[in-house]
Amino acid sequence: MSYSVKVLDHYENPRNVGSFGKEEEGVATGMVGAPACGDVMKLQIKVGKGGVIEDAKFKTYGCGSAIASSSLVTEWVKGKTIDQALDIKNTQIADELALPPVKIHCSILAEDAIKAAVADYKKKHSEQVSA
Amino acid sequence: MLKLPIYLDYSATTPVDPRVAEKMIPYLVEKFGNPASRSHSFGWEAEAAVEEAREEVARLVNADTKEIVWTSGATESNNLALKGAAQFYAGKGKHLVTVKTEHKAVLDTCRELERQGFEVSYLDVRDDGLLDLDMFQAALRPDTIVVSVMLVNNEIGVIQPIAEIGEICRARGILFHVDAAQATGKVAIDLAALKVDLMSFSAHKTYGPKGIGALYVRRKPRVRLNAQMHGGGHERGFRSGTLPTHQIVGMGEAFRLARLEMGAENERIRMLRDRLLKGLSDIEHVYVNGDMERRVPHNLNISFAYVEGESLLMAIKDLAVSSGSACTSASLEPSYVLRALGREDELAHSSIRFTLGRFTSVGGHRLCDQAPARQDWPLARTLAAVGNGAGRC
Ligand SMILES: Cc1ncc(COP(=O)(O)O)c(C=O)c1O
Ligand code: FES
Repeated sequence: MSYSVKVLDHYENPRNVGSFGKEEEGVATGMVGAPACGDVMKLQIKVGKGGVIEDAKFKTYGCGSAIASSSLVTEWVKGKTIDQALDIKNTQIADELALPPVKIHCSILAEDAIKAAVADYKKKHSEQVSA
Repeated sequence: MLKLPIYLDYSATTPVDPRVAEKMIPYLVEKFGNPASRSHSFGWEAEAAVEEAREEVARLVNADTKEIVWTSGATESNNLALKGAAQFYAGKGKHLVTVKTEHKAVLDTCRELERQGFEVSYLDVRDDGLLDLDMFQAALRPDTIVVSVMLVNNEIGVIQPIAEIGEICRARGILFHVDAAQATGKVAIDLAALKVDLMSFSAHKTYGPKGIGALYVRRKPRVRLNAQMHGGGHERGFRSGTLPTHQIVGMGEAFRLARLEMGAENERIRMLRDRLLKGLSDIEHVYVNGDMERRVPHNLNISFAYVEGESLLMAIKDLAVSSGSACTSASLEPSYVLRALGREDELAHSSIRFTLGRFTSVGGHRLCDQAPARQDWPLARTLAAVGNGAGRC
């Protein structure tokens, strides 16, 4: 199996690798694993005024497709509101990266990471409001 | 010039040795006769070539030519040996014993035999990849008819104690099959001494062509098999089908060269393997999978903790190697061989198999000159250890 130019580009020049400081304002974390292959992905978002995602970072232990999918979504979520980010579907990721069929679950992992990060943000946020 | 990528996947397959290819070509074009044609010189010429090749295969493993049956490869040999023996001796018992680290060509054949009503025990190995003889002995039953244990493992290169296993089987009247696909040209095989009844061979792991192999079927004491391929009664009824003369000639020449060159070749490869291992050992959290002593020098299987295998392969794209990572397999299962050694999934997931061969050579100094741009990745320095043989530089 050979990968698309886009996967290779994200693999070789991953965007937004790393993590935010734990105490940074508006940071939420989504950590997900793929049961199929055991890979793990961590996506962090930094949410500003009006629920807009100002920045994102990722760390992934996984295959080239998983790394490329997570790198791609850090670019896509930036500038979106958290609700808009939830509209990103794994099929869009898989299309953009031209993933082969066995690698579709890697894009699902990235979609799940967004959902998990947003859920984490909403949880923390509601706690803050109720406090 | 060093050719990139460097091929370090000799256990997947080997290139055909140019000397072998040269010997094959006339049998495609001029000497094209059917070895089964008895009425003219075209057939006689082809038959003579087939028998000369049979002689060479037999010599490499110290067997009689009448004990060598041509097949399409080790997959078919394993199928013929296991199904053929189990079906023929079904009246004696219904139990077979094999090992969890066998090649799929053995394991899936055993699964099929289970569907046909046989019972199979799949034994664990120790964490060094070797079969424990006491555990093996304990698994044998009065109704055990066939045992199958490979000689050299394709993933981790360990050498199973087949001499001892053979003695145990013979003493109990159990047939012993050995998959030796990865062993020819790497370890000495003496079938006059070994108590092995059936042994599978493949040409393309030993610098011969793909699509040809052989099954050794012992004559004394005689082993009987149910044929799996029916037709013209070729190969004394064991395996019908017109013999592919050019392929057979290639396998014969490949096995002849293996016999003559094995000693020197293994020494050279051991030297290269040691250099490669030394280079890799400088990296932290590196683990060798499988015993280092009872192992062919051609294989290094290493887990790089915390790095997923597929993405590691992408980073070392100048090396053609394989990984036990789930992400590289269609089934998304990590290597069952490494799991059988008791490796956690993460370590199986981060394993890389380097296999060296005849055309691997020291070419590092050349590659080092080109490497500075890649110093950022950890395996750069290992490239300094081993290079490709294209120019035998
Ligand atoms: C141990 C072992 N057995 C059997 C086979 C299958 O051999 P062939 O490709 O000749 O069918 C292989 C090759 O992958 C092997 O490594
Ligand atoms: S995430 Fe494991 S195969 Fe892609």
